[in-house]
Amino acid sequence: MNLFRILSEKPWIGTPLTAEGLAVEVSQAPVMAPEKIALRFFLGVVGVLFGLFSIAYFIRMRVGDWRPMPEPGTLWFNTLLLFMASIVLQWTHHRLKHGREDGIKAALTAGAVLTLAFVYGQFAVWQQLRAAGYYIASNPANSFFYVLTGIHALHILGGLWVWTRAGIRVWSGTSPDKISLSVELCAVYWHFLLLVWLVLFALLSYT
Amino acid sequence: MTTYLPIADQPSELHDPHTFISKYVWSQDHKVIAIQYGSTAVFVGLIALVLSGLMRLQLGYPNTFAFIDPSNYLQFVTMHGMIMVIYLLTALFLGGFGNYLIPLQIGARDMVFPYLNMLSYWFYLLSVLILLASFFVHGGPTGAGWTLYPPQAILRGTPGADMGIILMLASLAVFIIAFTMGGLNYVTTVLQARTHGMTMMRMPLSVWGIFVATILGLFAFPALFVSAVMMTFDNLIGTSFFMPAVQSLGQNVAHTGGSPVLFQHLFWFFGHPEVYIVALPAFGLVSDVLSTHARKNIFGYRMMVWAIVAIGALSFVVWAHHMYVSGMNPYFGFFFAFTTLIIAVPTAIKVYNWVLTLWQGNIRMTVPMMFAMGFIFTFIHGGLTGIFLGNVTIDLPLSDTYFVVAHFHMVMGVSPIMVLFASIYHWFPKMSGKMFNVTLGKIHFWATFLGTYAIYLPMHYLGILGVPRRYYAIGTTSFIPDSAMALNANITQAALFVGVMQLVFIINIIWSLVKGKPAGHNPWEATSLEWQTPDTPPHHGNWGEKLPVVYRWAYEYAVPGAKDDFVPQNIPPEEVVMLPGAGKYVNRSEEH
Repeated sequence: MNLFRILSEKPWIGTPLTAEGLAVEVSQAPVMAPEKIALRFFLGVVGVLFGLFSIAYFIRMRVGDWRPMPEPGTLWFNTLLLFMASIVLQWTHHRLKHGREDGIKAALTAGAVLTLAFVYGQFAVWQQLRAAGYYIASNPANSFFYVLTGIHALHILGGLWVWTRAGIRVWSGTSPDKISLSVELCAVYWHFLLLVWLVLFALLSYT
Repeated sequence: MTTYLPIADQPSELHDPHTFISKYVWSQDHKVIAIQYGSTAVFVGLIALVLSGLMRLQLGYPNTFAFIDPSNYLQFVTMHGMIMVIYLLTALFLGGFGNYLIPLQIGARDMVFPYLNMLSYWFYLLSVLILLASFFVHGGPTGAGWTLYPPQAILRGTPGADMGIILMLASLAVFIIAFTMGGLNYVTTVLQARTHGMTMMRMPLSVWGIFVATILGLFAFPALFVSAVMMTFDNLIGTSFFMPAVQSLGQNVAHTGGSPVLFQHLFWFFGHPEVYIVALPAFGLVSDVLSTHARKNIFGYRMMVWAIVAIGALSFVVWAHHMYVSGMNPYFGFFFAFTTLIIAVPTAIKVYNWVLTLWQGNIRMTVPMMFAMGFIFTFIHGGLTGIFLGNVTIDLPLSDTYFVVAHFHMVMGVSPIMVLFASIYHWFPKMSGKMFNVTLGKIHFWATFLGTYAIYLPMHYLGILGVPRRYYAIGTTSFIPDSAMALNANITQAALFVGVMQLVFIINIIWSLVKGKPAGHNPWEATSLEWQTPDTPPHHGNWGEKLPVVYRWAYEYAVPGAKDDFVPQNIPPEEVVMLPGAGKYVNRSEEH
């Protein structure tokens, strides 16, 4: 990080002039799409959000009324679905990056279906738990389970909205390389949410 | 592989909106959004001002006003605090001045995501409407105090326990979404859309303050979001995140084992950075106002930037100094007292630098300058009492008294408001193209400055006497003398006076918009880019055909030998007009 170099510049000393009389080119940060910068900050925000939930989880767990709840095996299957979705998105990004447009529609569909399947799988887990009598308010361990999985699923759905919009553009005739940036951002976001899910899964199992 | 042009090199793709709706309502122009944000914030701020007047009526003249009962009083306290801190100060500094100044001061045509920027305002407006709706629902707005501490925030018996608290939490969640959309925009714009020659360290301090405050906001508001979500579940579904087993109205509640202190930690992990989310933009804006009207470069620019960054970083590790009386581990208190006192160092650096900027300056006593200097007084005052309260042993007896009320109103009520007025008067000529009425401005300043001192200075004495805060009526006690009651009445008179005098400001703004004299493009003879736009007020796209190129920092005042006492950032060195016999203007590096 060149933060220290930036912060040690002496702005009251003007930069030497070039032959054209212009100030030396000192302006820009690394040239990248602004969307990428925004996504990094957004991932930071989401990271802080789940980090604070996790800290609350640990603190609340130490109170005596905490009764661990079982993790249905379906969660492992759901994890696999999200993992595959992440791979499909990465593959799509890789194709577009190298200018190959065959199979893009199939990949866009597969990514969306796998992601939706994950969200539905999480919903199915909720139904199983409710059928087994683990309601949201009956114990703090249950409360955290429902809240954390719910908020995580909402973040997934938010990403899916962007993914779907990119897909719709391809179907309505936009050249696939126009959605290259959207696909790349989605892929990064999916990997991040997969990572968050793995951490949450470990956390929820650790009771 | 796609390559990207720097934003400053991209061809302008702005479509000028033509209809009234697309120009002034669903606008994506940062300047219009800024004014929308600003006027909405001022509007809710006036409501909060009226609420404080009602509170003061009750405190100054107890048993006089039948329409203020204890529940109303607590609702006024809560809504006044929440509106002022979040919906006025945060929204006006970042949504208002952030939106207006960032693109203009860094030489960009607009924010990088104009659509998201527009969405940010409409979400903010939605959050305001949800908040105001709570005045009209059954049971009224919540009276839980602006900190919304559980368990009382959601227990029966607290005013607004029906719908008020739900609307409050919903409104906060919507506000946070709005802020996140705006915040991503501000940060990305500062990092990516600067024009040629505008290095980070050539940015005016206003942009630095807004930039760092935005980063704080992005990472602090999630804590409020988390606590709002969990409290909503406790309230609506009956979970026990924060709610312990307690008796309410003679009955056991259904909750068990929740941790109210956990809520306090989460709340203040947001709440303390929030203080600096408000303060850092104020520090930045006031630096630019002081430097411009003192005709001197800001003293210690680099140190000012470092102090902003250091304060921003430290502000995340001081939160529990709001919780000394919460029963947490005393060793925690020791740690947080230590970090709290350390934060006084960069803050003091900033104060010294403002004073040194004034020293031997060619000070022009304009209205913005008066407010900026007023800020230095009120901020030193509020800052010093902060050092008292940062120490655990002094905080414990004072925590529940008017001393704390006086402290935080001085440091984060009056001080940021002084900067807001300084900034509004300073940039009003650019925003409207008109000059305000100077006499009315000066009347407004002296009434506000002296009036707020008349309100808050006596409060310190009340606090040291032990007069408790948050009480609807003090009644008769042995330790509170009658003179304290007389003082309370005086404070109320001063508060009502200051409140009414804000009408002078409103009238001045409206009158000047209609009848004000044309201000010219650079009435203060300032150097930063927003004063160099081809049109005043700037048109859509800000810069006409070509973006400005920046050759120097924003503080080139009183340059030896130069004809004018200021050299704008975008004037090439060879075009700087020098006095006869003074030689050629040189970039200072060539002197070395």
